[in-house]
Amino acid sequence: MSRGTRPRSLSHLPPGVLTRSPPPRYNRGTSSRRAALESVLQLVLNGVAVGCIYGLVALGFVLIYKATELVNFAQGDLMMLGAFTCYMFVVWYGVGYWPAFALAVAIVALFGAGLDSAVLRRVLGQPQFAVVMLTIGLGAMFRSFASIVWGSEIYTLPTPFSARATRIAGVTVSHEYVSIIVGTVLLCAALYAFFTFTRVGVAMQAASQNQLAAYYMGIPVKLMFSLIWAISAGVAAIAGILLAPVSLIDINLGFIGLKAFAAAVLGGFGSIPGALAGGVTIGLIELFSGAYLPQGAKDVAAYVVLLLVLAIRPHGMLGTIARKKV
Amino acid sequence: MRFLFKTTYRQDLGLFRDGVQRNWYVALGLGLLVLPALVPAYLVDISLVFIYGLCGVSLMVLAGYTGLVSLGHAAFLGIGAYAHVYFVQDLGLPWVISVALAAAVTAAAGVLVGLPALRMTGIYLTIATLAFALIIQEMLTRWEHVTHGLKGRPVDKPVIFGVSMANDAAFYFLCLVVLIGGLCLTANLLRSPTGRAWVAIRDSEIAAQSMGVNLARYKTLAFAYSAALMGVAGALFAHKIGFLAPDIFSVLLSIQFLLMVVVGGLGSLHGALFGATFVALLPVLISEARDRVPAWAGHVVAVAGKDAASATFLTLDRFVKQPGLEPGLFGLILVLFILFEPLGVYGRWRKVQVYFSTFPLYKRATFRRQKTYMRSERLR
Repeated sequence: MSRGTRPRSLSHLPPGVLTRSPPPRYNRGTSSRRAALESVLQLVLNGVAVGCIYGLVALGFVLIYKATELVNFAQGDLMMLGAFTCYMFVVWYGVGYWPAFALAVAIVALFGAGLDSAVLRRVLGQPQFAVVMLTIGLGAMFRSFASIVWGSEIYTLPTPFSARATRIAGVTVSHEYVSIIVGTVLLCAALYAFFTFTRVGVAMQAASQNQLAAYYMGIPVKLMFSLIWAISAGVAAIAGILLAPVSLIDINLGFIGLKAFAAAVLGGFGSIPGALAGGVTIGLIELFSGAYLPQGAKDVAAYVVLLLVLAIRPHGMLGTIARKKV
Repeated sequence: MRFLFKTTYRQDLGLFRDGVQRNWYVALGLGLLVLPALVPAYLVDISLVFIYGLCGVSLMVLAGYTGLVSLGHAAFLGIGAYAHVYFVQDLGLPWVISVALAAAVTAAAGVLVGLPALRMTGIYLTIATLAFALIIQEMLTRWEHVTHGLKGRPVDKPVIFGVSMANDAAFYFLCLVVLIGGLCLTANLLRSPTGRAWVAIRDSEIAAQSMGVNLARYKTLAFAYSAALMGVAGALFAHKIGFLAPDIFSVLLSIQFLLMVVVGGLGSLHGALFGATFVALLPVLISEARDRVPAWAGHVVAVAGKDAASATFLTLDRFVKQPGLEPGLFGLILVLFILFEPLGVYGRWRKVQVYFSTFPLYKRATFRRQKTYMRSERLR
C-alpha cells in the first residue's frame, strides 16, 4: 500500500501561512515577547479555522447519529465527493465559484438522501456493527469511484480567496481561513434557526428523539431521515469545499473524517454544539502540538486526546448515554 | 434431520460432533497436504490465506464471540511483526522463542488497549481502537532505532531449529501448522468457561454480570488473547511479505480484517476461515481477471465486428487497470453482504445444510432476524 493511504493532516498549507514557529522564549525583552504572543495568536487563528472543518464533519456525524443512531463512517468521503464535484464544475466546466459551490452542495445533499432511501434504510434496527461496516464499505466505494472518475492526482481548487492575506497586528490573516470560520458560523446559525424555528426542523428533532412516538404523531419519519441525511451530506460537502483551498483535493481527503471522529467523541456523540467545540479543541491541540512538541506529535495529538477523554469519560465530554439501571 | 443422542462424556469432550464430521476434516487435512503438489504457483497466496485465517480467528474471538468490535487489529499485527523481526534479526533469538515473545509483547499491547476499553461500549470502543491503531502506526514510523521508520526493513526467511524455511512449500506447511495450532487452542478455549463467559458478555453485559462473570477480567482476557494470536500471525506475515514498512499496517488493513469476519459470518470459527480465504484470494482473482476479462469480452463482442471488439477490449482494459478499483470492489462486496446476507458465507452454508436436512419442510423464518426499532444503543 502506498503512502497515500495514511490519514492526512492539514499540514500542507500555502507557504508562509503556517510556518513552524519557534518555541516562545521569555525574558528576552519586549520585542521577543511580542513575537511570541503573535505566533501564539497566529496558531490560535489557524487552529480555530482547521478546527472548524473538523467541527463541520463532526456535525454531520452527530446529526445522523442523533436522528437514526447510525454512525456514518463515510462522512469524510462525502466531504471528498463535495470537494471533487465543486472542482469538476469550476475547472472542467468553467462555472463560477459560487454557482459551483451551490451545485456541488445540492448534488451531494441529493446523493445523501438517495443513499439513505436506497441503502441505509434497510439496515435500520439491525445491530450497530452492521451499519458501521456498511458505511465503511460505502466509503471505500466512494473513494474508488472518485479515483476512477477524477483520477488519483492531487488538485488545487481556485477560489476567490486563494493565496490572499491581510496582516492585522502582526498576525497573518489568510482569507481562506477567514472564509472557513465565517462559513462555519453562518452554517451553524442557519442550522440552529432551521431546527428551532421551522416546522420541519422541529419534526426532525421529534423523529430523532423517539421514532415511534413521532410516527404516531403523523410525522413522516422516513422522509425526515432522508432529509437529515441530505443535510448531513450537504454539510460535509460544504466542509470539503471550504477546506479545498487550504488542503489540496485528492481521494484521501476523506481520512480527515477520522480526526473529526475525535472531535465528535470529544463533544459527546449526540451533542451538536459539542461537535463544534470538540472540532475547535482538536484543531487547536493539533496546531499547538505541531509547533511546540517533537515531530510526529502533531499527527497523533488528536488521537491521544481522544483516548484520554474516552478513558476518563467513556461517553465523551457532553455525552448523552446513560447506563441502564436494572 | 439427524439428532445426536449423546450417551457418554467422551462424546461431549470430542472436538468433532460425530464420525462423519471427523472424516470430512480428515479429508480436508489430506487435501491440504497434497495441495502444494497440485498448485505450486499459488502456494504463497495460500500461505497468506492461512496467515489471514489466524488473523480472522483472532478478530472473531474479539468481535464475534465477545462482541468487542476492534478497528485496530492491523496495529497488533504490526506490533507482532516488528517485535518478531527485532528479536530474530537484532537480538538473534531463536525463531520459536522470538514468536512467543512477540505474542507476549502484543498481548501486553492488547491489555493496554483493553483496560481503558472496559468502560466503553459499542461505537466508542471501535473509535478508541481506531485511534490506538493510528497512534501505533505513527510510532512505527518514528521509532527508527527499532523499526527503521519509513525506509522499511527487509525480513529474512524463517530458520527454525537450524532448518531453513525459504522454500515456498516449507513456509506453506509452517503457516498451516501454526493455523491448526491456533484453531485447536481457540476452539477449546471457546468451549471452556472462559469462552462461555465471552459469549455471555456479547449477548448481554448486564445479564453476564448478574450471573457472576467478572466483566473487567474477561474483556481484558479477550483483548490479550486476541492480540497474542495477532502477534503470532504478525510474525508469519513479516516473513510472508519480506519487507516491513509502517504503511502496511494501515486502517485499511484493519478494515480488511473486519471485512473478513463479516463476510465469513460473525460468531463462528468457520466464518473466520471462509472470510480469510475470500479476502486473501480476491486480489489474486482480480489480477487474473485483469489479464483475461478484456480479451474474453473482446472475443464475445467480435460477433458484432472487429472494430467493436477492439474498442470494447480497450475500454475494459483501461477500466480494469484502474488502481482504485480493488478497494471499491471490496467495499461493494461488504455492502452487498450486509444488505443481503448479514450472517455471511457461513450463514448461507448453514441455510443450505438445513434446507437439505429438513428437505420438504424448510421454513425461511428459521433464520429470520428480528428487527428492533425501539432498542436504543443509548441505553446499554
